[in-house]
Amino acid sequence: MAGTLFDKIWDAHAVRRLPNGQTQLYVGLHLIHEVTTPQAFDMLAAREWRVRAPHRTFATIDHIVPTDTQDRPFVDVMAETMATALERNCRTHGIPLFDGPSGAQGIVHVIGPELGLTQPGMTIACGDSHTSTHGAFGTLAFGIGTSQVRDVLASQCVALSPLRVRRIEVNGELSPGVYAKDVILAIIRRLGVSGGTGFAYEYAGTTLAGMSMEERMTVCNMSIEGGARMGYVNPDATTVAYLAGRRFAPQDADFEAAAARWLSFASSPDATYADRVSYDAGSIAPTVTWGTHPGQSVGVDETLPDPRALDESERRSVEEALAFMQFRAGEPMAGRRVDVAFIGSCTNGRISDLREAAAVVRGRRIAPHMRALVVPGSQHVQRAAETEGLDEVFREAGFEWRGAGCSMCLAMNPDRLHGDEVCASSSNRNFKGRQGSPTGRTLLMSPAMVAAAALAGEVVDVRTWASTEERESR
Amino acid sequence: MASSVIERVTGRAVVLRGADIDTDRIMPARFLKAVSFEGLERHLFVDDRAAARGRGKTHPLDVPSAAGSRILVCNTNFGSGSSREHAPQALFRWGFRVILAESFAEIFAGNSLAIGLVCVTASPGNVANLMEALEQNSGASLTVDIRAETVSIAGQPDLPISLPAASRRAWLSGEWDVTGLLLEDYFEVERVEARLPYLRTTSRKA
Ligand code: SF4
Repeated sequence: MAGTLFDKIWDAHAVRRLPNGQTQLYVGLHLIHEVTTPQAFDMLAAREWRVRAPHRTFATIDHIVPTDTQDRPFVDVMAETMATALERNCRTHGIPLFDGPSGAQGIVHVIGPELGLTQPGMTIACGDSHTSTHGAFGTLAFGIGTSQVRDVLASQCVALSPLRVRRIEVNGELSPGVYAKDVILAIIRRLGVSGGTGFAYEYAGTTLAGMSMEERMTVCNMSIEGGARMGYVNPDATTVAYLAGRRFAPQDADFEAAAARWLSFASSPDATYADRVSYDAGSIAPTVTWGTHPGQSVGVDETLPDPRALDESERRSVEEALAFMQFRAGEPMAGRRVDVAFIGSCTNGRISDLREAAAVVRGRRIAPHMRALVVPGSQHVQRAAETEGLDEVFREAGFEWRGAGCSMCLAMNPDRLHGDEVCASSSNRNFKGRQGSPTGRTLLMSPAMVAAAALAGEVVDVRTWASTEERESR
Repeated sequence: MASSVIERVTGRAVVLRGADIDTDRIMPARFLKAVSFEGLERHLFVDDRAAARGRGKTHPLDVPSAAGSRILVCNTNFGSGSSREHAPQALFRWGFRVILAESFAEIFAGNSLAIGLVCVTASPGNVANLMEALEQNSGASLTVDIRAETVSIAGQPDLPISLPAASRRAWLSGEWDVTGLLLEDYFEVERVEARLPYLRTTSRKA
């Protein structure tokens, strides 16, 4: 088959052209959670429609769950109401729900892949912008709003206009201390937070080829922060190996056939792209955001921008962001004091993320003024980490070890910033107010960088910090 | 919400300056803790408005002439970030029927289309001129004409606007609430289902 992965999957799922010119696209997997669906189910009920494909719909509860205890009823009455509504809707329509007692609960973008629900060649929709995460498996995965959730529930289809494909190649070896998170932050830094509007991002190159599935998920996760509704990596042997034996993946003889089909979705070598950009992995440093959107970042060894050096249009937003963050133009990124550390989220709440962070904190203590939290992305991740003893490593260092959920990524549960606290966070959004306090300040970085910041009490360069600290404590 | 034809919207406008205004700012997450969209308009830009008050300023939504406005004029990448439909829902319920900006984030524009909130774009220069004119005369009325693809302030020449062809067709035909369309001739959907092997081979382990 010729063309890009985007073209191949789009064509396989296109039902027809709608009168307004959009395409009616079949949705192969619909993932739902408690925040963006209750209104959709109500709209469905109002029109007396049923759920068309309950067996292609899977639910979890992630955004509102408290992470200190998941005991029901939740202390927060509204959270309990939302959980109850989801349970009722799933029961009424026969939709499988991965809730706390199931042992498979977690952030929707963490559990889809780990259960093997996410498979190459699928179209995947979810009422959540970070649905782009699932593109790591070579899928067309995109976020939708509540009215479109209603559409998918009712018809298993959405109305969508096709996207153009931008190929983003990253080649070479990442330096030690530089992670997938830094790669995507560097991409967004250069292409901008709206540079991806109208595009699907195809991530390729030797760096991506060498990445684990979890690393690819981190990259694809933040496509939306660059304005791209979808991001994907072509399926390869790494993809196939990850899926083998997963609960919802095809088994035995079916698996062989499925694997061959999966690989056939990869963009053909002669595919044409609307645009191409490339990066040299070796030039990417640990990257930290200093502002109020994910494009406002610098390498940890750089200084903050000086608005006076910028043109009119950019100057205003840089000035505004610096003022909100209470940072001075031109000061170094390293050394900014932090109050809170958050390790978790659908970007960096997987087992490999926790391992990377644990490797930094092992045998050390967080700075005395710090509050630090580790929130596994799913119950699976939590159990895996506990089996390896990572929970102990974090606890001994002074971190709180929590249950699975979105937690302080968007603070719809009790985990939040207070006042103008500064949070080193492994999540994906540093928008004003994102972590629960209207004046709270978020610095996005990799889990290893968050871990190092927690120990130092300020932003430090994870590449050099450990050795410096040992020298000083001698 | 019944689908109806939308050709032209006239009304007073609110100017909201700033690039990359994300949906977390339009509707902070704590107000997503609800099972309906009702009453969301009360929380529209609530933190930005409080922050302005804290600095002794008045947020554009809080100036007296903002009440009853139907059009919001913004800069680039409006509605970025979270896919929460709560954001366009709150704008719509507040009374806005058109958002005119230099550019939009994609999911926001899609969500708006689904609920009858018209998103149109104009060039940076024309947006800047409009903003200035509106700020000098906050009572002025704007007309956004979707058929003619123009915007005009009372008494001044038309300026060009644009919107995706699919959205324009949807507004002018009244077919912007697409669920009904998606359910029509469902045998075509079943034909697609029949050709997708993964729908048949989904086996699961206990
Ligand atoms: S972890 Fe954060 S970004 Fe991911 S789904 Fe949850 S709230 Fe959204």
